[in-house]
Amino acid sequence: MTGSVKRALWAPAVLLVASATLAACSSSSSTSASSSTSASSSASSASSSSAAAGLKTGLKVFVIPKNLGNPYFTTADSVQSGGALAALSQLGESGSETSGTAATPASQLPAIQAAITKGANVLIVSATDPSALCPTLQSAMAKGITVVTYDSDAPTCRNMFINQASTAEIGTSEVDVLAKQINSSGDIAIVSAAASATNQNAWIGYMKQQLKKYPNMHLVSTVYGNDDPTTATQVTQGLLQHYPNLKGIISPTTVGILAAAQVLDTAKYRGKIALTGLGTPDSLKKFVADGTVQSFELWNPANLGYLAGYAAVNLASKKITNSAGQSFTAGKLGSFTVGADSTVLLGPPFVFTKANINQFNF
Amino acid sequence: MEPDQNAVPPGSLPPEKTEARRASSPRRANGLRSALQPALRWETGLAIAAVAVVVFGALTSSQFLTSGNFFNMGVSSGEIAIMALPMTLIIISGEIDLSVASILGMSSAMLGFLWSKHWPILAIFVVLAVLGVVAGLFNGLLVTRVGLPSLAVTIGTLGLYRGIALIILGSNTVSNFPAPYNRIGVNPIPHTNIPYSVAIFIVLAVIFGVVLHATATGRSIYAMGASPEAALFAGIRVKRVKTMLFVVSGVVCSMAGALWTFRLSTAVWNNAIGVELSVVAVVLLAGVSIFGGKGSIIGVVLAVIVFAGLQNALLLTNFNQEATGIVTGGLLLISVFVPNAAALLGRARGLAISRRPAPRSAIGAANE
Repeated sequence: MTGSVKRALWAPAVLLVASATLAACSSSSSTSASSSTSASSSASSASSSSAAAGLKTGLKVFVIPKNLGNPYFTTADSVQSGGALAALSQLGESGSETSGTAATPASQLPAIQAAITKGANVLIVSATDPSALCPTLQSAMAKGITVVTYDSDAPTCRNMFINQASTAEIGTSEVDVLAKQINSSGDIAIVSAAASATNQNAWIGYMKQQLKKYPNMHLVSTVYGNDDPTTATQVTQGLLQHYPNLKGIISPTTVGILAAAQVLDTAKYRGKIALTGLGTPDSLKKFVADGTVQSFELWNPANLGYLAGYAAVNLASKKITNSAGQSFTAGKLGSFTVGADSTVLLGPPFVFTKANINQFNF
Repeated sequence: MEPDQNAVPPGSLPPEKTEARRASSPRRANGLRSALQPALRWETGLAIAAVAVVVFGALTSSQFLTSGNFFNMGVSSGEIAIMALPMTLIIISGEIDLSVASILGMSSAMLGFLWSKHWPILAIFVVLAVLGVVAGLFNGLLVTRVGLPSLAVTIGTLGLYRGIALIILGSNTVSNFPAPYNRIGVNPIPHTNIPYSVAIFIVLAVIFGVVLHATATGRSIYAMGASPEAALFAGIRVKRVKTMLFVVSGVVCSMAGALWTFRLSTAVWNNAIGVELSVVAVVLLAGVSIFGGKGSIIGVVLAVIVFAGLQNALLLTNFNQEATGIVTGGLLLISVFVPNAAALLGRARGLAISRRPAPRSAIGAANE
């Protein structure tokens, strides 16, 4: 809170300095320069008990999401939501969030470089690109900086990746969620993104496998909305016309599930055709409230950030290494074990329902 | 316009003709010098601002004046600085090229596509150069031969070239560039601490500076920016020079595409999307008049230092990144406002003295 106020005050101050100097009057920038160093250390809290468990404190940790001003990452990172900075604060580290304003490597890289220049001990990065950040992240690791990726990986250029959800779990759990809503019987369809999307096809593969456990549920069609609202709406309408007995739809894409929800949000279909998939709470709140959607999945970004904070500090404190089988405790989330490829899995997807959806804003 | 009108007192001529006469009269040199006067003052202000930014950075962060940080500063703004050089000449000539970042993106996509097809790197560079020439020539011919306004033409090609980039590479990302190339974002030129892009910028700045300030072509660029008609009557091949400027811009931006691609070790269709606005911002901050006829390369160099230094200093001081847009935007507004404020003041004074209807200012006239 105070940090953001301080930042807000910074903008006019620097602008004033800039304008004064540009007008060639004076170079009095020294006066406004005094209070900058305190911003990053405001998050320290003494109540940490885990500090006793052999974890270093006072580490300079930079949390670098894909971009700033993105509600998803604000949830993942901020103290208020219980994200990465909250974890770092509990552990007594000096955590701060930085990035560019656009989710591109060109915008994110200067922030990473500046963090390294500022003497970072740990970088927690959501990579805007799997390869573009590599040379910089590798040089950071060469300097002894612990590099942890979360949300979006940069394989071979980090010490550890915090994965939000496994492919298998997303695929199987969505079938389970839908089965519960339609009593495990009836025709169902899938509204996917692009036919070539690797992650979509992997999830659909696991869905088909899981459907074998439900002999009365029949997958009648998989259609592709190409993550375009108009196309997704059209293919959903097409499904409803072709399959009048359709009982349920799974859309494992945030664009697709929103388009499908809008199509189903009429008296004719509401409550008669179940819809689930991967979606963001903000976009679907309305449909959960009016009963078009009972439940859908995603991961909890705040928990993802929180876990990344704990994992990174454990790693930087040499409490654990990044090899498979190492385990550590991540505060309120409990115990985690490092898996293959130095990856830590957050856990099963988070199910959003009427009961919990209003706690989330992204 | 008849030659004998030179004898008529300036005040009695319609404003456009006054402009034209002034530029083509024997007293042109004098006029040029007085036109340069405010520009020189602007650059003095910029130099002070550059020093102030360095002082600001040094006071707020102990890391600001380290060689590693200078490397970061240079490498982050290198391509923008390079693209600002041909943009300066184009804006001085009275035109604008908003397609620069899209040419960069198209070049990046082509580089990635050809590399993924296992072309040798030298052949790819030749293709990129040709691509830059064609893209610039297309802009230039539409502006000079078809006679369309460059703002509209290059807004069109901004979309067109970006679209071609998307067609070339689709949603693919190419990143397996060989080691000496994909390390230019972290490795300086051997035995120095200078990023490759900064070295290229320095060399190009010298070349563009000499062309603009010490050759007949350079003087003709100022002349056509100050008054296209007068430049034409003075025998300057306005269309040819402007076409050349667009071609040069195309080639330079295409090469900047290779730098960008290697620095980020990523060829993707949306590389440098939106960066044309940063390029224009640097050029305007340099004191180059958006209406043409005014500006200098030394101003651009100083503006690059202010721009890159300020962004870097703000990053180092935990300044909220979302608000750096306010600072750079504010700088841009100031850089447009201050010179025009002087012109407006001057016009108001002239109005008070002569008690005549205000002649249109040079800015207003060039805007037609």
